[in-house]
Amino acid sequence: MNRKLSIAAVVMSGAFAGLGMFTFGYGDGSAYLKNDPAACTNCHVMQPMYDSWVKSSHKDVATCNDCHLAPDPLGKWLVKADNGFFHSLAFTTNDFHEPIQIKPRNRVVTQRACLSCHGDLVDHMRPAERGGDMLVCATCHSDVGHAQR
Amino acid sequence: MDHPTAPVRSQRGSVAVHVLVFIAAVLGTLLVTWVLVTMFGHKQEARTPFVRVAEVNELSTDPEPWGQNWPRQFDGWKDTAGDAFYGGSSAMPESKLEAQPWLKRLYAGYAFSIDYREARGHAYMLYDQGVTERVTQKPQAGACIHCHAANTVLYRKVGLEALGEPADDAALAAGLNMPAMIRGFEELSQQPYQEVLTRLMAMPDGTPGETEPVVPQAPIGGFTGEFAGQPVPADHGMAGEAHPVSCIDCHDPANMQLRVTRPGFVLGMQALAAGDAPVPHIPSVEQWRRGDRSEPYDPNALASRQEMRSFACGQCHVEYYCATKDTLEFPWSQGLAMDDLEAHWDAKTFPDGSSFYDYTHGETGAKVYKVQHPEFELWSQGVHAQSGVSCADCHMPYQREGAMKLSNHNVQSPLANINNACQQCHNIAEGDLRARVETIQGRTMDLLDRSAGAMTDMLDAILAAQAAGATDEELAELYELQRKAMWRLDYISSENSKGFHAGQEAARILGESIDYSRQAQALANALRAPARPDTSGIETEPVIGVTPD
Repeated sequence: MNRKLSIAAVVMSGAFAGLGMFTFGYGDGSAYLKNDPAACTNCHVMQPMYDSWVKSSHKDVATCNDCHLAPDPLGKWLVKADNGFFHSLAFTTNDFHEPIQIKPRNRVVTQRACLSCHGDLVDHMRPAERGGDMLVCATCHSDVGHAQR
Repeated sequence: MDHPTAPVRSQRGSVAVHVLVFIAAVLGTLLVTWVLVTMFGHKQEARTPFVRVAEVNELSTDPEPWGQNWPRQFDGWKDTAGDAFYGGSSAMPESKLEAQPWLKRLYAGYAFSIDYREARGHAYMLYDQGVTERVTQKPQAGACIHCHAANTVLYRKVGLEALGEPADDAALAAGLNMPAMIRGFEELSQQPYQEVLTRLMAMPDGTPGETEPVVPQAPIGGFTGEFAGQPVPADHGMAGEAHPVSCIDCHDPANMQLRVTRPGFVLGMQALAAGDAPVPHIPSVEQWRRGDRSEPYDPNALASRQEMRSFACGQCHVEYYCATKDTLEFPWSQGLAMDDLEAHWDAKTFPDGSSFYDYTHGETGAKVYKVQHPEFELWSQGVHAQSGVSCADCHMPYQREGAMKLSNHNVQSPLANINNACQQCHNIAEGDLRARVETIQGRTMDLLDRSAGAMTDMLDAILAAQAAGATDEELAELYELQRKAMWRLDYISSENSKGFHAGQEAARILGESIDYSRQAQALANALRAPARPDTSGIETEPVIGVTPD
């Protein structure tokens, strides 16, 4: 009995692992671990954003990850995992707002990305104290990365 | 005593672990399989696949076989009828003549003063044309068919026959053949409407043996005609199907590419390109002008896809001449602004050499112009055109179905779909966007009402001047002012965006209309007034102090 159970559990685990690996490969899962912007169109929803990024003013200086991931090594993977999971969930269940909208926590990430390059230029516009009110750059410069929202 | 039970416990624990591992693996496999299947589905959708179950070619004016291949687009096209097709006289939309009584005076002496209603969706275009009293009570030109029916086969056949070339079904299916279509269009433009419609219904439509059109056909002769409310006898000359503008009129049946098929548009664009009016929103024309110009401008060969997304609509949603004294004509030789169109008509003469006009005004006798619906032209003067936004971007916005992206073929007001139509670009709340549009439209309509009031005052003043015995010479100047005032009022009144397509331009045009109406009114009143006294001796008060009392 125990032996049969073992075999069943092992076989099932093997099937799970095999199918999982196949699905990972079929969905080009490893692309998500890299920096190629084309990977972001894997799930199709980002196609218009990618298409307009190709023609944007930032295409030669910033990829998707440069603006949409935190710059520090740990934060980078946290944000990636966070968005990777929720994007997959949303698109697989087909339950998301259209046009797509950036989440407040991701808006913080892009705002920091703006400042990490252009911080000196806009230093005089930044709040005097940490946490003070600050206009989000993309409120006006919404199309520098990609024209589509 | 514990000794024998320990292995049993550990055996039980081991069983439980195995069962849990098994269940977890089963659930995990189920989940991964589901993700895999979803992924596969999305990958297929992203290719925007279609199954060509029905063959469509250049004869297929009937949209039904297209609908078998592209059901989503076909459903959208049918949705322009609303939740069902509403025929019959009781379903007709509101009369504009009742809502805006001044229109009867604007169009006095012209068929539009008999019957003029709010427009319905694309699916109704041929039906509503067949039952409007403008067509059933007044003889109209075959040119009306240019925009209200899928007519490519008819134009090609008549053109091929006129050119003395074979015009059998094989020749008709061979390709679009724009030169032949232009010839056919020229042959039919001035023929009587009913005759052209009868010929159209006799054309092959790609579905031989099938005689039930997707949308009902209008009762022959309208609601009050000979066969109103009865089936048409089999031996009646009108047999077969005619379709409102359908798939083939904007798409190439070989590859679904956008195309234009309306000869009037092609000729109009050739004239526009050959002129020197700036058209920054149509870069392919500017590019053609820099070339050697050995061939006329050809939108199907030269225009970008984004331009075609406006051209497809510009084939019909424009200003044109459409009656029996000359071939249908788009007035674009001098540009696309209101003044350019007016200058085109001012310079035009009929084939008999007489000056161009649309109708003789029924009240004053002035020869005036009728504006159709210059949406394409007014859009060209607005901020959206200058920003590269096409008609389809707002009226047929992209929508997503799974990973598939398609244009919404239920052509309608963007206000019915603000999320897809406006918010793709405008990161502003829906209510705020609606309020902005309503502000522009409300202001335009207020100004339109003032223009209409000025227009009726003008007519009263001209009639009074005529009654007082003004000479033809004196009246000539009044008539010109009347024509200019009415052209401008009609330009914004007939245009279907209530000024939204170019808000500032619409206000400018209405401002000019008011000015011309009041100029005419002042001049007409002056004709009846005593001679103007000398005012040169009246002194003006000099400025006294900083704040004179």
